[in-house]
Amino acid sequence: MSEHTLVDLIICAASEAWKNDGEVLATGIGVVPRLAASLCMKSINPDIMMTDSEAWIVSEPVPVGPRGDYTPKYESWMGFSRIFDNVWGGKRHAMVGPTQIDRFGQANISMIGSDYKKPKAQMLGVRGFPGNSISHANSFFVPNHNKKVFVEGECDMVASVGYNPARLAKGWKLEEVADIRWIITNLCILDFTGPNHQVAIHSLHPGVTVEQVQENTGFPLHIPANIPTTALPTAEQLALLNQVDPHNIRVTALG
Amino acid sequence: MMNKVMTAADVVSQLHDGMTIGIGGWGPRRKPMALVREILRSNLKDLTVVAYGGADVGMLCAAGKVKKVIFAFVSLDFIPLEPYFRQARQQGAIETMEIDEGMFLLGLKAAGMRVPFIPTRIGLGTDVLKHNPEIKLIQSPYADGKEWVAMPAIKLDVALLHVDRADARGVCQIKGPDHYMDDLFARASEKTFVTCDELVDTSVLNGIDEARFVFWERSETTGVVHIAGGAHPTSCAPMYGFDAKHFKEYNGSVKEEGGWQAYFDKYIACTEKEYLEKVGGLDAIKKLPLPVF
Repeated sequence: MSEHTLVDLIICAASEAWKNDGEVLATGIGVVPRLAASLCMKSINPDIMMTDSEAWIVSEPVPVGPRGDYTPKYESWMGFSRIFDNVWGGKRHAMVGPTQIDRFGQANISMIGSDYKKPKAQMLGVRGFPGNSISHANSFFVPNHNKKVFVEGECDMVASVGYNPARLAKGWKLEEVADIRWIITNLCILDFTGPNHQVAIHSLHPGVTVEQVQENTGFPLHIPANIPTTALPTAEQLALLNQVDPHNIRVTALG
Repeated sequence: MMNKVMTAADVVSQLHDGMTIGIGGWGPRRKPMALVREILRSNLKDLTVVAYGGADVGMLCAAGKVKKVIFAFVSLDFIPLEPYFRQARQQGAIETMEIDEGMFLLGLKAAGMRVPFIPTRIGLGTDVLKHNPEIKLIQSPYADGKEWVAMPAIKLDVALLHVDRADARGVCQIKGPDHYMDDLFARASEKTFVTCDELVDTSVLNGIDEARFVFWERSETTGVVHIAGGAHPTSCAPMYGFDAKHFKEYNGSVKEEGGWQAYFDKYIACTEKEYLEKVGGLDAIKKLPLPVF
């Protein structure tokens, strides 16, 4: 076991999300998801594609923060219009940080409150969530696992489609409208492998209990008989992480 | 030969209350802010603003110019939540059509293609459909047998864009890494007015290494306004980055009593030449570092 922090453990565990994806665009929004994708590309799946978070696909992950003499290895143009071409073709797996997630895996970054016309808190807007969720694989990162994020009812604004039979359009199957892989939090990893896509505990971070996770989640979780502990980072992973995060920006990423 | 050169005041004189106005760029990047400021100085009202929004949307909301916003997000990126858009929403002061970024693209594309809608899977299962009952579902006429979202055309009366350089005939060049959806805005609109950092002779734009940076034909450009630094405080890469200090001041003003009025008095209630001086001059703008993402 190597010296590591919780955020290191989360990033290393999250990097496994793209393990079996083959050649897809791996998009990590925010420091932790981006570092997870970067680590994945540098270790377990070198075939994923990443961008410079602006307008180019790069042949190797761009380190976060000030770049010094480093020049990104631009591979192809990837402006926003072309991102949508990729999204709609489905060869992408994004990891994003919603404000709310409900038991169906529906997610929200738009607004908070019961009155859509006059939000209690206006957030970003739905951004690309509706299109991402129905077009390609998605995972979520939650830095602070609590009931404000994992809401009891449905999200205040359902921005991304989930496994909700009540909202299924005519002629569609649930598996055609959603492909939600993992939810990585500061407590555990969740997936959707319970009965009828119920949210299940995939692994618990060291020292975290099932009860603690359930108490901080607004809906009942599926509890498998055997729940593994989230793997600890290896020395090799930590060394690679320092390459893609040379200024240790991740240290403040859990808030 | 056509000469499309005009002033910002000429552009605003062609706008009317209640118009649907598309604004190019993306968040804090390459927004036609000098034209936005000119609208802020005018008596225009009841506008429907269509934008991948940033401070353009926020300022127009703050000044009470906006009836409705068609948007997927409004954000300054490094300041995630746009202060005055947020305030307007939380006061229930504006109507909205909140759609996915890609639906937005399809709506502009449909308008430019002169079709009433483009079918898509985007939006199914989400509250985008609930809050926008004007967006209809359509039954596929083909063997898939599925229901699809019929994303309606977003027709614009006017598009306002900012580019690096242009000539008097309306050939517009963008050398920044992304032209965003500006080409689609130009095609979706009845009239397209473009501000440029540099107004150049056509010969400057000739050659295949230059022509690759022109993303729509000059027939889509109605008018060209030469305003160096016209995107400030947003970026116009590769010439200048966005002005983080200015955005922080703007963002901070929302917390002050009369904050918008103070911002308006300082930066809007003056000529564009005076604005440029107040923000440090063109040389200072050109030195604003390009953002690192």
